[in-house]
Parts: sequence; C-alpha cells; structure tokens
Amino acid sequence: MDAKQIISKRVALELKDGELVNLGIGLPTMVADYLPEGVEVILQSENGMIGMGHIASGPHNRNFTNAGGTSVTILPHGACFDSVFSFSLIRGGHVDSTVLGTLEVDQHGNIANYMIPGKMVPGMGGAMDLVTGSRKVIVVTTHTDKAGNSKILKQCSLPLTGVACCDLIVTELAVIEVTPSGLKLLEIADNTTVEEVIAKTEAPLTLADTIKTFTTN
Amino acid sequence: MPKSKLTTLDEFKALLKDGMTIMVGGFMTDGTPEQLINAVVESGVKNLTLINNDGGYPERGIGKLIANGQVKKLIASHVGLNPTVAKLMNSGEMEVDLVPQGTLAERIRAKGAGLGGILTQTGLGTLVQEGKQVIESEGKKYLLEVPLAADLAIIEATYADKFGNGVNIGTTRNFNPLMALAADKVVLGTYKLHELGEVDPSIVTIYGVLVDHIVQIEEM
Repeated sequence: MDAKQIISKRVALELKDGELVNLGIGLPTMVADYLPEGVEVILQSENGMIGMGHIASGPHNRNFTNAGGTSVTILPHGACFDSVFSFSLIRGGHVDSTVLGTLEVDQHGNIANYMIPGKMVPGMGGAMDLVTGSRKVIVVTTHTDKAGNSKILKQCSLPLTGVACCDLIVTELAVIEVTPSGLKLLEIADNTTVEEVIAKTEAPLTLADTIKTFTTN
Repeated sequence: MPKSKLTTLDEFKALLKDGMTIMVGGFMTDGTPEQLINAVVESGVKNLTLINNDGGYPERGIGKLIANGQVKKLIASHVGLNPTVAKLMNSGEMEVDLVPQGTLAERIRAKGAGLGGILTQTGLGTLVQEGKQVIESEGKKYLLEVPLAADLAIIEATYADKFGNGVNIGTTRNFNPLMALAADKVVLGTYKLHELGEVDPSIVTIYGVLVDHIVQIEEM
C-alpha cells in the first residue's frame, strides 16, 4: 500500500460502530473505504448532510454534494439541513470524530492547515469549527514533507487552525497520542523502527510501555 | 395575497446598485442561482461586497463576478477552489475576509434573528481572534462575533410557490434560508414555480414571508 492507503487503513481502526464522523476532503475521505467489517459510521458533510455515501458516478448532481462540491450518494438513513444546523452538530459536540489533513502539527496538539502566508490562502472552511467542537480530532499526514522535513514539530510556524485541539496523529510510520505532557508514541508501522520514527520526528516523543505495530499491507 | 412578487431578469437588474453588500446562497455553487449571477454580471454593477460560503469557481457562481472585477470585498470561509481570488487578494485588487464556516453561518443568523452577536470558541488563539472581544461565560472563554447584514440576498429554492414559499432539495439548502432572514431585500430564484397551495407548507425551507422578488430561472 502507498502512504495514503496505510494511513487510511490505520485511521479506520480508530472509528467505532455508530459514530458520527466528519472526514476532510482528500486523504481523510479514503478512510471510509477501510472500515473493518461490522463497523459502520455515519458520515457528516459540513455543507449539510448526514448519511453521506460514496462519490457518485455520472454527471454532476448539484442536489447532493460533499464539502468539496463533488456529487455524492446519500444513504437510506441520511438527512439534509442548513449550515446553522450543520455547525450546531459540529460545535455542539455531536460529532464523535473528525479526521483531517494538515500542513503542520505540534507537540501541544496545535494544528496549522489553512494558510501559508503570501503563498497559499485557501481559507479555513469548516476546519476551525471541526477542531473546536469534535469530541476526537485525528490528524492524518505523511510523517515528513517531500524534502524529508518532519511535519510533527515542536511548535507550529504557520497560522493556527486550532490551539491544543489534536488528540491523535496518524502517519504512514506511526500512531502518536497528544497528551497534556507532550507526544506519546503508541504504535509504529511494521516496516519501520522506533529509532527511525524518533529520527524523523522533530517534536520529542515519549514511548508507550508497549509499542504495537500496524500493517502496511 | 399581496401584490405579485414575480420579477423578470431585467427588473431584477434594476434592483442592483454600485457598492451594494450582497449575500449569495450556495456552497461551491450548489444552491447558487446561476442565472441570477449572470444577470449581475450583465448589469455591470461594481464595488460590491459579497458574502458567500466560498469563492465559487473561476467561471461559475460568484467567481464570475470576481473575474469580472465587480467585487471590492469578499467575505467567505474557503476560497481555495478559485485561484483568481488568491491572485486578486495578493495584488490588493480585492479584499478578502476569511471567516470560519460555522461562524459565518451564525453571524448571518444573528442578524436575521435580531441578536447582537454570538459567542463561539471557534478561532480562539488564532488569527481569527485579532481585534475581537474575548468574553468569559460560565468559566469558558469565547470570541464575540458580530452580526453580518446585507442590502440584498440572492438565494435559490429548487421549487417555490408564487408567494415565495420554497423547498431546497438535498444539500442546496446550506446558507439559503439564513440569508433570507438577514438581508433588507430578498430575491429568490427558483427552477419551478407553483400556484399557491401546491407547495406542502410542512416542508418549506425558504419562507415566502421573507421573499420580496421571485424570478423563475433555468438550470445553467
């Protein structure tokens, strides 16, 4: 599997049967394809839907879309609503888990994913509300950027999306919990070592008593 | 039943003025009445302040108004799918105010509901906090976010009756019902117009009592 598939498959294990879940556009969307048998989650899309299905085939159907403006199916238990209700679900603590990508994440659980000043300013969309209101915030990212620099930092340098809001970081190499005293390495991929993970992580890591491994196949 | 609200595209254009603040319904153009946007382009009005979830696409939704140089300021949550926005923002030709999506919805609702603002934890400790009051309530900190008003709302219903009671199918609802409450004048574009009594009052999403003008439009 490639990095995105490895991450998606591992994140899928974090979601529990019956949870209301928001998956960000891009990599996080793939998580739905890797849910273990017997686990069904209810997907929320912030543009106004619960019970979202898959990306729809055929021409664009403007009546049922995801937050990226792509046509999707809606499942038999689904419902649609306006933006106030959608964000009441999000801020009000009704969304159990949110999975989102990031540019940077740090040892305090700060997330920076909505702008690079002077370069890229896409805007925060619903991300600031999601990281503030969701019960559990899971950040997914490749462990390093294309130049090999760690994306898990001591301190974010970009404008923050949320302060101390991340609960869990999942990369293709590791599963890391954000605790009040810093980052704790819980698991590593079956094709790496604890030493490699520590070397590729800028933020200091403490080790769980037992480091488990997760599959890359 | 008061006088007819049915409005032609030309009558709609006559409502538009330079410098107006306009709320436009829709989310990545789904739920945006495209034909009414075309009419705003044709009208040539300029120096507009637009309030929309996003920046549309370069050639679709409010992106057409942005590309045509008619927009002075955009208030939106996400503009990443329209590169023209970043270009005009960086060159200083257009001001962009990025607002978290849930906060945008609540600020519009606050205006429509007669509230002086809303308290939210979204944006605490980020750039969004700059220049805003932090208020402590029941032991927690919140940002005070103030209401957003507009001169005009351009919204959509999938179908509606001649009083303006409309229904939004699926995810086209998004900001449309909120904007109907928050603007001085409300123009509803709808793809199918029904006689009074033909729209089930129990499933209405846009309330005719808020609608000033109804334009029958086509899918574009």
